[in-house]
Amino acid sequence: MEKFQTIISSCIPLPIENVDTDQIIPARFLKATTREGFGDNLFADWRYDKSGNPKSDFVLNDSTYSGQVLVAGKNFGSGSSREHAAWAIAGYGFKVVVSSFFADIFRNNALNNGILPVVVSDSFLSDLFTSINNNSKTTITVNLEEQFIQNNENGKKEFFEINSYKKECLLNGLDDIDFLLSNKAKIESYEKTRPFVY
Amino acid sequence: MKTLFDKIWDAHVVSTVKDGPTQLYIDRHLCHEVTSPQAFDGLRKRGLQVFRPEQTTLTADHNIPTMNQDQPISDKISRFQVDTLAKNAREFGLTYYGLGNPKNGIVHVVGPENGYTQPGMTIVCGDSHTSTHGAFGAIAFGIGTSEVEMVLSSQCILQSRPKTMRINYDGELKNGVTAKDIALYTIWKMTTSGATGYFVEYAGEAIRSLSMEARMTLCNLSIEMGARGGLIAPDETTFNYVKGREFAPKGEKWDEAISYWKTLKTDEGATFDKEITFDVSDIQPMITYGTNPGMGMPINGTIPELEEIDEASKISFEKSLKYMGFNPGDKMEGKTIDYVFLGSCTNGRIEDFRAFANFVKGKKKAENVTAWLVPGSWQVRKQIEAEGLDKILEEAGFEIRQPGCSACLAMNDDKVPAGKYAVSTSNRNFEGRQGPGSRTILAGPLVAAASAITGKITNPF
Ligand code: SF4
Repeated sequence: MEKFQTIISSCIPLPIENVDTDQIIPARFLKATTREGFGDNLFADWRYDKSGNPKSDFVLNDSTYSGQVLVAGKNFGSGSSREHAAWAIAGYGFKVVVSSFFADIFRNNALNNGILPVVVSDSFLSDLFTSINNNSKTTITVNLEEQFIQNNENGKKEFFEINSYKKECLLNGLDDIDFLLSNKAKIESYEKTRPFVY
Repeated sequence: MKTLFDKIWDAHVVSTVKDGPTQLYIDRHLCHEVTSPQAFDGLRKRGLQVFRPEQTTLTADHNIPTMNQDQPISDKISRFQVDTLAKNAREFGLTYYGLGNPKNGIVHVVGPENGYTQPGMTIVCGDSHTSTHGAFGAIAFGIGTSEVEMVLSSQCILQSRPKTMRINYDGELKNGVTAKDIALYTIWKMTTSGATGYFVEYAGEAIRSLSMEARMTLCNLSIEMGARGGLIAPDETTFNYVKGREFAPKGEKWDEAISYWKTLKTDEGATFDKEITFDVSDIQPMITYGTNPGMGMPINGTIPELEEIDEASKISFEKSLKYMGFNPGDKMEGKTIDYVFLGSCTNGRIEDFRAFANFVKGKKKAENVTAWLVPGSWQVRKQIEAEGLDKILEEAGFEIRQPGCSACLAMNDDKVPAGKYAVSTSNRNFEGRQGPGSRTILAGPLVAAASAITGKITNPF
């Protein structure tokens, strides 16, 4: 995994609540057996019409907006456990998703793919949407080391939570499997004490 | 004093990472074709074997046709994905219930019916409805593909400990109200994110009186209110269900198991991070009108008016109704529908087929309705035939298809066309979930049966 570095980027706004993983990547695109290529179908049904032409009213097709940060409404990533949703977001080029609330499985999947889900307060989020609305080039800074996010349009800053284990993994580009494999002896000794094996 | 969840969780902790997640041991792992190929690739890249192959079982379900399963899958990409699963099973020495295997079926139907799912276990699968297995008093939850790779390579997973919630159900269910209605009612009250971060225990008299299959339906839908999973303390109903199934403990082992399983309940006085109580006698048959499972209502109710919706949620609410072709204040009962889907890991078990068949017996399917009746597994289908339900259904104008996830996620050909309305016993009414542009109305098997007969959204009672 790539190491996560401080990001200063403009944002792509998606002020919709409860964006579920079926919207992020519809099921018919889940037939692939590799992790690549999902970015092209990110938000496919909102992004393209029936004949595959870009819909001009969808934000990813609006050249006013660009950047490595997706800013989304509350409860982003609910629904299916498909990691393809995280692969699609990473594949499109996002490094950070900002929302006031994330669904559990999506959050884990994002972190396991080097994407940082940043949880902000409702007021920070609506203020950020306003800034982007007024100036589509609004940038934010996301500093993982110091765990803050800043709206550079008005200087508003907020700290976010992340457990220190995951933080270290992201900063160093390590994944959980590296950790688990280094821990085999503990697993084997646990197995001997399992409370029940029938 | 511990909750049921704490007892099972604590018994599976291998280590705790400082300021980080728990390393949790996994007893059972289920895999299907869609979320596993990249994980097996990961093993190959790292040059690893499956660490405990006897603790992983594979089945093909998401991406398979529900007709002519004896012939090669016609969609090339789907065929390749299913073949890849078979190939991975062979290469890594794993049990695989492929097409044509009498044990093939939807992963969350197959686990319980073979006795693979047992109380006190930790069970994971790359599918969010793994919460189904919680019905047995197990910690069961959905995982992503990176986590599938973790389990394959180490039989462990790194997870933060969720908070605990207990939902108590008092009172007696009205006639004709099913577990699906309890679940849709609960999600409606809780919203789709109301239980995010929590593991839920379902408790109370009304839960104790539910059959095993009804409990599975309820636990299945835990994820739709955001919960990591849901579970129910095992009791005689659970033990009777597990007993005698293929992977269930036998002889002395059975006695040993039972005495352990009997300890699996929340201690008197144990506390939860959150506790909620509902009175089930308030519950009517439920349906949904919008594009997430929290947008539900009693079947005889009306869609909320715009003024009743929070300012921040208005855009999403209006977008949702526009997609569905409904208006605020509309009555749902009596609206014409085009499709009915009975099936999925939510309502694809024998009791669902019995309820449906019982209702349509002696009646005729409406001309305007296309009905897909898809059993959750081959064992369910066999049982349908053994009980003669297929005859009853045929006489009423229905046909039984072959098992699989089918129109629950429409990866195969079972797609509801754009703009058409489907009353569906599955679990998600998201935009396009049953095919691009499809409009899903979630309901239980009885509402589905009643609606299939009239061709309109219909209260079964
Ligand atoms: S039936 Fe639907 S929810 Fe259940 S496992 Fe299949 S796709 Fe997932």
